[in-house]
Amino acid sequence: MSSLQSYLLLSALLFSIGLAGALTRRNAILVLIGIELMLNAANLNFIAFWRFGPTPSRLTGIMFAIFSISVAAAEAAVGLGIILAAYRHSRTTDLDQMNSLKG
Amino acid sequence: MILTPQTLDQIFPIAKHWLLGFVPATAQPLASAILSVVPILIAFPLLFAITTWLERKGLGRMQNRLGPNRTGPFGLLQPIADAVKSLTKEDIVPITADHVVHFLAPLVLVAAAFLAYAVLPIGRNMVLVNMNAGVLFFFAIGSTVELSVFMAGWSSRSKYSLLGAMRAVAQMISYEIPMVLATIVIIMQAGSLSTVSIVDKQAAYTGIFPHWFVFTPWGFMGFALFMIAATAESNRSPFDLPEGESEIIAGYYIEYSGFKFALFFLGEYLGMFATSGLAITLFLGGWSAPFSFLTWIPSYVWFFLKLLTLIAAFIWIRGTLPRLRMDQLMNLAWKYVLPMALINMLVAGIWHFMPTGPARWLVCTALLAAPCILLSLALKRKKRFQVRTYRFAE
Amino acid sequence: MTVSFLILAILTVAGTAAAMGLRNAVHCVLALTVGFAGVAALYLQLGAQFVGFTQIMVYVGAVAILAVFAIMMTHTPTPVQLPAYSPHWFWGGIVAAAVFAVLAWAIRSGTASAQALPPQPDINVQQIGDALMHRYVLPLEIMGLLLTAALIGAVVIAMDRKEEPK
Repeated sequence: MSSLQSYLLLSALLFSIGLAGALTRRNAILVLIGIELMLNAANLNFIAFWRFGPTPSRLTGIMFAIFSISVAAAEAAVGLGIILAAYRHSRTTDLDQMNSLKG
Repeated sequence: MILTPQTLDQIFPIAKHWLLGFVPATAQPLASAILSVVPILIAFPLLFAITTWLERKGLGRMQNRLGPNRTGPFGLLQPIADAVKSLTKEDIVPITADHVVHFLAPLVLVAAAFLAYAVLPIGRNMVLVNMNAGVLFFFAIGSTVELSVFMAGWSSRSKYSLLGAMRAVAQMISYEIPMVLATIVIIMQAGSLSTVSIVDKQAAYTGIFPHWFVFTPWGFMGFALFMIAATAESNRSPFDLPEGESEIIAGYYIEYSGFKFALFFLGEYLGMFATSGLAITLFLGGWSAPFSFLTWIPSYVWFFLKLLTLIAAFIWIRGTLPRLRMDQLMNLAWKYVLPMALINMLVAGIWHFMPTGPARWLVCTALLAAPCILLSLALKRKKRFQVRTYRFAE
Repeated sequence: MTVSFLILAILTVAGTAAAMGLRNAVHCVLALTVGFAGVAALYLQLGAQFVGFTQIMVYVGAVAILAVFAIMMTHTPTPVQLPAYSPHWFWGGIVAAAVFAVLAWAIRSGTASAQALPPQPDINVQQIGDALMHRYVLPLEIMGLLLTAALIGAVVIAMDRKEEPK
């Protein structure tokens, strides 16, 4: 198993851990954290491919990772704002109790 | 060994190379790292001990009283007495506290504070790691301090400590942005994020005057903004509402006693020294001498002299200014310091593109002084005095 | 698979697994911080210094603190301890395991065989700045616009609209 494959396996593992958390946790904030973990795993993938790729001097992987980190931070801020607004309305962050639109 | 000023200046690197000669080649990286780290681990806690004595004596004199004068002549053994007390005091942890997080919080603080010294050039060729992105590393480590403050306040499960922790974290986050913006000006002019190259750019002289960045209009403003932000980041007076004893009964480290409290104290002062060290590196020329005829004094002596001057300034401000209320503090951050830092960046850009001469000095100073005065006047005019109401008991 | 990579990988996976598995929400975020720090260390090992320090500054220094603030502000001390996992946790776990199985199979059967390690690219921050200002200037400006919009939007959404005192 080459070095690149070990980094890719690690990022796949991180992605599936984040996915498991986002699918199974009840607290809305922890679901958001799972999404952040998935974004982190994708960033790790980018940097690994940049390092082991043909032309590291083109900086493509680094650029994508930097922009991805910025977008993730912005999305976390807006997501947590939405969770706070929903909490103010329904006094709970439990996702299983926010089912008033359920058919 | 001939004792020239150059040898005296480089005595520590020379000693390190000599000691490394006794180590076999396979253990050399490890030995080199240990030999570089141990002096930092000794010097800065020693400086912390001296600073506690200086602070208590200095504050005492400013408040028209003697400081400690019982332990040793002039109270010089007071730090040792403090250390013995904090080591032998009983370590009380509340029973409802979160023990793991409660234990880890001071350790994270001290570890982060020590990590920040890795990029400060203490003398010529005397930096621990010459990183390409040194200033970015410093700010990254500084942002982990807020997490440890929150851990300390939350794990104690006490209302005062949680309130103090939230206030302290809000304050530290608010003042981190002006600190970074004030640094960006220097990075723009020096063209590099590496602390070593920033100091090298300031180590030249025209005539007898140095090329320190603080002697330019934008550098002076940046230095003032950086010091305001650094005082707030270290939770020092006049920004010490989250930890003031008369306000919130020591805020987020209420439930800490004994050695953990001493570790918090150590971490806070080490953070103060680290931000002062960064201010010296960025604005005050690092290890370079103030006049060209004084370069025979070794470079590390100049660094520590400048550090002691900044520490004295911190103590002086603590003894002079009253404490700011929380909303006044946040107002200052977002409505005054942040706009001034942005205007400072603009003025630094104008400085870079104007031709050298007295014209750019005048233009840049005017462009900085006008918003400064106008903003202060505008913020002062907004003071609304409430109508005084009286409530009597029924 | 060097020793340092193994240690960092175990640290990161342990931190993130604890972040998704622990019961107390603040403990989850603190474990997540360890996971983020592990990922930053992996970036440093891969030679991407700038991204590693940015990861610490943005994720550990800002996103984690944002998450703990949100947990603090939405914390209702309930007399009965709510279950931490939804009732369909088993199928969520199956889906995540299936995703990992597919990804692992794709990685192992890929053509990235044991090649020689390419030399460490010598990237300094000046090259990143050059790229940001020349080749990637449009994404940079869009990112500035996005961050401004997100900042204003988050403040407006989460603002506490009190009535004016009469």
